[in-house]
Amino acid sequence: MSSMAVQFTTSLSTIDWLIMLVYFAFVLGIGFVLKRHVRTSNDFFLAGRSIPAWICGLAFISANLGAQEVIGMGASGAKYGIATSQFYWIGAIPAMVFVGLFMMPFYYGSKARSVPEYLKLRYDEKTRAWNAGSFAIMTVFSSGISMYAMARLIQVLHIFDGLFIHLGLPLDWIFHFSVLLSAVIVLGYIFLGGLTSAIYNEVLQFFLIVAGFVPLVWIGLKNVGGWRGIQRTLGPVYTHSWRGMEHASTNPLGTQWYALIFGLGFVLSFGYWCTDFLVVQRAMAAESQLAARRVPLIAAIPKMFFPFLVILPGLIAISVPTFTQHMVAQAQTTPVPGLARNNAPSNAIASYAKSIPIGKGLIPAKIDPVNGRVMMDSNGQPLLDYDLATPNMLLHFFPTGMLGLGLTALLASFMSGMAGNVTAFNTVWTYDIYQSYIHKTGTDQHYLWMGRMATVGGIVLSIGAAYLVTSFNNILDALQLVFSFVNAPLLATFLLGMFWKRTTGHGAFWGLLSGTCAAVVHIGLTLPADAAGVGIHGGWITVLHVYPSTMAQNFWTATWAFGISFVLTVGLSLVTKPRKEEELIGLVYSLTPRPSEGNLAWYKRPAALGILVLAMLVLLNLVFA
Amino acid sequence: MGLDIRIPLGLLFLATGGLMTVYGLFTQGSAIYEKSLSIDINLIWGLVLLLFGLLMLLLTRTANRGNSHLESPSEREK
Repeated sequence: MSSMAVQFTTSLSTIDWLIMLVYFAFVLGIGFVLKRHVRTSNDFFLAGRSIPAWICGLAFISANLGAQEVIGMGASGAKYGIATSQFYWIGAIPAMVFVGLFMMPFYYGSKARSVPEYLKLRYDEKTRAWNAGSFAIMTVFSSGISMYAMARLIQVLHIFDGLFIHLGLPLDWIFHFSVLLSAVIVLGYIFLGGLTSAIYNEVLQFFLIVAGFVPLVWIGLKNVGGWRGIQRTLGPVYTHSWRGMEHASTNPLGTQWYALIFGLGFVLSFGYWCTDFLVVQRAMAAESQLAARRVPLIAAIPKMFFPFLVILPGLIAISVPTFTQHMVAQAQTTPVPGLARNNAPSNAIASYAKSIPIGKGLIPAKIDPVNGRVMMDSNGQPLLDYDLATPNMLLHFFPTGMLGLGLTALLASFMSGMAGNVTAFNTVWTYDIYQSYIHKTGTDQHYLWMGRMATVGGIVLSIGAAYLVTSFNNILDALQLVFSFVNAPLLATFLLGMFWKRTTGHGAFWGLLSGTCAAVVHIGLTLPADAAGVGIHGGWITVLHVYPSTMAQNFWTATWAFGISFVLTVGLSLVTKPRKEEELIGLVYSLTPRPSEGNLAWYKRPAALGILVLAMLVLLNLVFA
Repeated sequence: MGLDIRIPLGLLFLATGGLMTVYGLFTQGSAIYEKSLSIDINLIWGLVLLLFGLLMLLLTRTANRGNSHLESPSEREK
């Protein structure tokens, strides 16, 4: 990456290292302090079901705020503009309200210890086995991808370069060192304190991310002349979240409003927030059912404002004038960027690259890792490396000291994403796979021990996944494609299971399986217009339809997967024998007494909180429509 | 459960904020702040973090006092 277009050198000083070290000390310290409170497997996997709602709520957001989120949202902000906030507003908040108000009573009240275990209670063994198996594999890969992304970022930003040169170590080891470092820290605090430790650290990470990103947005906005400055530089398409949604070709996401609302707002978002054990586990650790219902609702309030912290830096990065103060000296002696672009595919660019900003704003052009040249699209324009939007913002605006905090916040977000996956993995492995199929009659102490071993195993597998992604870059694309639909058919399974008492285990299982197959077939038959060609992104059976964007293809894949799963589950349930009603009490809506909210203060009542959240959401959408 | 989260949270921000404030005081007017548009962000933000840390620790104390009033000793054991 030495030939990156907008080159920032990261020179960390003692103060930056101190800030990072303080953070790492606290992270591990929490694990040590909590260790003596972990006596049973219940303490380790479910945090003893004793955590106040606000703590679980912050952990609920933090566990989802991993690498892909912070870097990816900044990247999308730079690429698509404020419309990216749809992923939060349409793509998270309504689902979070729904899971809190309607689904949490069954997750928490059924006394299931995990989401797959709920499926076992509601349906049967095979549905649980399928969900537990696929979920365990997914968490390992997600955490591996987080690890890989973090190590790559540390490499690209040259964070450890100075340290390695100082110690006389080869710079090639930085990647391995970064993978190992994140693995050891996350392993350390989960091994010691289990889920409580993960949740506590997620709360710390939440506040650190806020502390690191608020000044970034503040200084960044000041530099580009505030929101009005961004509006002037980038124009209305970037700064309105609903502009041009009536047709796929008139908005940056390349999708129509109904695909956005049904595909993202319903299937993808409800599929993730309502069925993914990674997030649901945080709510299940709450101290009471009422607290558990409040968890996603409390989480929804800060979540709504996160676009201003994670997406806005992307918009700022692209609006910053490419020549800023400390680049002016170089700029006077070098050709204007437009000219450089015309002679693009020459080696001259690569050698000039250090001084010629051929990117846009703070976003550099993409460099081919093989030959070190700037990558071009079919029109001869350089491709931009949007993933560097947020990291470059940190390096551009933060002086030493504050930079240490900013980088710590970034590292924290990577680790919270990883830890979320690891805690979900160790629980599902121990309860839903090991205890269910391998060793049924162990003592509680044995399962506690197994949980710790599963933590080690999960981390080792994640490291393996990280290296797998490193050696085969296509795997990353393939996995992201799989993640984009894996929860969609599951949503039908859960909705029907919780709200229709007639649904049967056979219906659920075969519906789920067919929904997943439908997703794969749909991708095989369609192609997004922005794909390089037939291949991993679609069309490998035959191309029946071309979508305007990958995002549109994702939305429709999820919609098909959900639809097929829903229809088949209903159909098969009608021809198979349902379970006796008395066995379904506490598992199905119509057979379960409504949880009483008694005479609580209004802000403690889930329903009132839900309405408040939705009202705020409408208001935000009106402001940025 | 066992540990009040506001204690480590408060201490972490006290330590980080403290480091940044002191560093910001010693580097006032330094060329490093050209990046942050001549704002001594270390000093300003360091103080904000310090205040947040203090607030968290204060909340821990008031919460404990509140608890000892309201709850019986057996409940506090939990």
